Amino acid sequence: MSEPLLSVRDLEVSFRTEGGLLQAVDGVSFDLKRGETLSIVGESGCGKSVTAMTLMGLTGGPNARFSGSVKLDGQELLGADDEVMRSIRGDRMSMVFQNPMTSLNPVHRIGNQIVEQIRAHRDVSKKEAMARAVELLDAVGVPDAAQRARSYPHEFSGGMRQRAMIAMALSLEPEILIADEPTTALDVTIQAQILELLKQLNRDFGLTVILITHDLGVVADIADRVAVMYAGRLVETGTLDEIFYDPRHPYSWGLLGSVPRIEGERLARLAQIDGQPPALIDPPPGCRFRERCPHAFGKCGEEPELLSRGETPGHLDRCWLDISERPALRQLPSGLIGLAKPS
Amino acid sequence: MALFALKRLGSMILVLFAVSVLTFLIFNVLPSGDPAVRMAGKQPTETQIEAIRVEWGFDQPIYVQYEKTMQNMFSGDMISYFNQLNVVEEIWKGVPRTFALAIGAAIIWMAFAIALGVWSAMRAGGVSDGMLNVFALIGISMPVFWLGALMNQYLGFELTQILGFELFPNGGYVEFSVSPFEWFHHLLLPWFALSVLFIGFYSRVLRANILETMDEDYVRTARAKGLSERRVMLSHVLRNSMISVVTLWGLDFAVVVGGGAILTETVFNLQGVGQYAADAIGQLDQPPIMAVTMFGAFFVVFFNALIDIVYAALDPRIRLQDGDTAL
Amino acid sequence: MSEKNDLRLSGTADKPVSDLEAFAEPPAVTVEGSGGQSPWRLAARRLRKRRFALFMGAVFVLLVLVMAAAPLWAEHVAHTSPNENHLSDQIDVGGEKINVVGLDGVPIGPTWRGEFFLGADGNGRDVAVRLLYGGRNSLIIGLSAALITLLLGLTTGLLAGYFRGWTDSFLSRIMDILWAFPVILLGIALGTSLALGGLKLGPVSISGGSLAIPIFVIAIVYIPYLARPIRGEVLSLREKEFVEAARAQGMGPFRLIHSEILPNVVSTGLVFFPLLVANAILLEAALSFLGAGVQPPEPSWGTMIDEGVARIVTAPALAIVPGMMIVITVLSLNVFGEAVRDALDPRAKVRIEH
Repeated sequence: MSEPLLSVRDLEVSFRTEGGLLQAVDGVSFDLKRGETLSIVGESGCGKSVTAMTLMGLTGGPNARFSGSVKLDGQELLGADDEVMRSIRGDRMSMVFQNPMTSLNPVHRIGNQIVEQIRAHRDVSKKEAMARAVELLDAVGVPDAAQRARSYPHEFSGGMRQRAMIAMALSLEPEILIADEPTTALDVTIQAQILELLKQLNRDFGLTVILITHDLGVVADIADRVAVMYAGRLVETGTLDEIFYDPRHPYSWGLLGSVPRIEGERLARLAQIDGQPPALIDPPPGCRFRERCPHAFGKCGEEPELLSRGETPGHLDRCWLDISERPALRQLPSGLIGLAKPS
Repeated sequence: MALFALKRLGSMILVLFAVSVLTFLIFNVLPSGDPAVRMAGKQPTETQIEAIRVEWGFDQPIYVQYEKTMQNMFSGDMISYFNQLNVVEEIWKGVPRTFALAIGAAIIWMAFAIALGVWSAMRAGGVSDGMLNVFALIGISMPVFWLGALMNQYLGFELTQILGFELFPNGGYVEFSVSPFEWFHHLLLPWFALSVLFIGFYSRVLRANILETMDEDYVRTARAKGLSERRVMLSHVLRNSMISVVTLWGLDFAVVVGGGAILTETVFNLQGVGQYAADAIGQLDQPPIMAVTMFGAFFVVFFNALIDIVYAALDPRIRLQDGDTAL
Repeated sequence: MSEKNDLRLSGTADKPVSDLEAFAEPPAVTVEGSGGQSPWRLAARRLRKRRFALFMGAVFVLLVLVMAAAPLWAEHVAHTSPNENHLSDQIDVGGEKINVVGLDGVPIGPTWRGEFFLGADGNGRDVAVRLLYGGRNSLIIGLSAALITLLLGLTTGLLAGYFRGWTDSFLSRIMDILWAFPVILLGIALGTSLALGGLKLGPVSISGGSLAIPIFVIAIVYIPYLARPIRGEVLSLREKEFVEAARAQGMGPFRLIHSEILPNVVSTGLVFFPLLVANAILLEAALSFLGAGVQPPEPSWGTMIDEGVARIVTAPALAIVPGMMIVITVLSLNVFGEAVRDALDPRAKVRIEH
């Protein structure tokens, strides 16, 4: 097995706030191999975006505290020098954000915003950089790229802006692309196009992708491996198939149960997970999903480890339920997987 | 673009008309008593009052009064009943002085505001930021005429006594054509006196804008691109934070020219348009006050329309919105 | 820990709460459940942390009390009235008889005793007494004008924003026109014309020298500065679900404004009020300095500076002291007002010209 490209160990991120110390990311670990697509899934506020931002060294500010390790090709990034992080950002690792409407600077032309990134890392002329920018815009499917490079962001549709963002992120052929909910703000048809583009880049150029999303439907399309996060912690990781066909953690069941599916002629009723995640300032001890979990029992007051509990060594979860009982517990009367009160 | 400009100018003309009506109402209709007596100033004779009554149409219906008032304003024949001088000519004499004061002060206040605003924002929450905030608040809490009078007295007059030469002159204005140096020399104190308030205000606005812009998604994008912190600040944060400040700058410049400079002109004896009006208040001489009020507001309205049009030409996003300049 | 950064961590109404920001406040259920987090209590908690601002607020209250006591000082300590001349009087200072106003026209300086505590002005009037009465006038004008502006500005903004259409066009045009005049010019125009003629509004007749004139003038001048932002807020509020819901239940427009919309714009009014008072005091001073505000011989800090500047060479204190009083008063209001704004609505864009 080759060395992972990115290795995250026991990552913790906390913020000092008016209300107290807020533990946003609590002991997240994962490895990412070259050419792999990892999807981090969870509802908003679970720490997935903070994790991504921390990988990029963008979680700054006087109130943030970090511990653990983030290694890119063996090089420690957490706590690395600002200048080191700057040279890695946008060059070896780049990021696409959730809202393309606000993520591009409204007062600069699209082309120039790409040029700026290229010239921040490479000693090339403006003209060369612009030629590259046009080439990139063309490659991500912006029609009439040479012309459109001179447009301002507000002259682009949402989907075109996200393409431009991706072109920008790819401008220096990064080793890792982090896409933080890249399709959430877009129309459904545009979403599919953007995902197709990411898939294509991964397939054709071996781009390593971290895709952050709350939407398991998106994950099914694109991910090799999936990490499920809940309230700042990883609760389950495994391959796409493992998570989809043999989900181990009740929270994953709930997520799967809430994906809309066409069943025969009609749309299945959408299930939702009742309740709210715990506050991350002084959270209660034990399993964090306990309060919302219909299968919770006495043991859940203690914190479960993230361990492989089945026969597949790469499939880890953080749940006390007996592994042999889980298939029965996650089975809904309809035969699908979901989170429901045991009858 | 041309359509936008036309629409904007059209609405400007409507506002100008309304401004003229309001000015007329304020001076000739709103107060009680005989408007001819108020117009005539101190100790008028019966014949003078009668002549004014006829000239301004105060014995006729209100729309005739308005018409006559506007005729008086625009024909350039209106005179002050205090010194019999032509009002419009007197205003024109003051215009270059008022502009010289306003332009210099505008440059000074903007330069200082940028420097202090950026400094503060970079150190938000720190000691130097707190100190600057206190200074800014003191700046906006000072009556400009009081500050000006003290500067004129102590830096202009007393300091000259102590030093034996004029580091700062004690008020007055020298034509640029007479001596560019003396022109500059005489305007230094007035420029700074007028700027203090605006420096206080603008540096706080810019600081707040910068802090708000730093939270924008596109600034995060800029960082994610691996730009240097300096580049992020200049090209993304400052650039975007300046947009509203520059608009404000244009509006305030117009207000200063249109009448805001009246106090500074008066304490430094610059003999600009504002001081002309201020002197008229002292003489209870109504025609100059009326003319300066209306033409001052005209200038503000006109300049605002100009800013809107220039901005629409520069920034295509603005054309998409309607011409309403809500700030 | 810097307070600013904490504020920025918490999500705000007009910006969708992003993933990171969602952490700063516990989820909605907890907020409601735990109580004690109502917007007003939150604001009060934030305000309590601003010691300096609270101190300055107390300074202002103290100033109001001191100025209100002006007649007591005049009657029992200084034994004179603000407009009483003592040109030819002599007073006893350390056993010596001294002219209140010297033969060279230079008035007496501070005696630091009951009579002529701060000296006399060129007309032989007691400066300390005039300073108190002048401050009383300045504060009466500033507070009353700001109160009237608040009422009229809120009303205008509410009506224009809620009824839209014809009402809005009409009110907004009037605001635009008032807005077109530089504040000081509009103040001068109204101030001089009314000071010359007085004002007759139906049965109420106000003479030119009355304090009511500058109050009225300043109140009118600042209305657009409040009405415009209120109108904007109301325009967006009336589209909100809770207003829609109330309307759907058949609530009439005036009850709806009163019970659903007004409570939501009150904080804007509160944010504006201290700053309105501060600017009203400054504008009153400027107008009085120019002769378009408080009319002599009535004292106000503005007229006192005007009179003092004429004698700045021989008796500089006459100009400096009332100016200092204005600075302290206005500064206390500005510092306190800024803290109120930060506590209630950190994003409020308050802009008042003077």
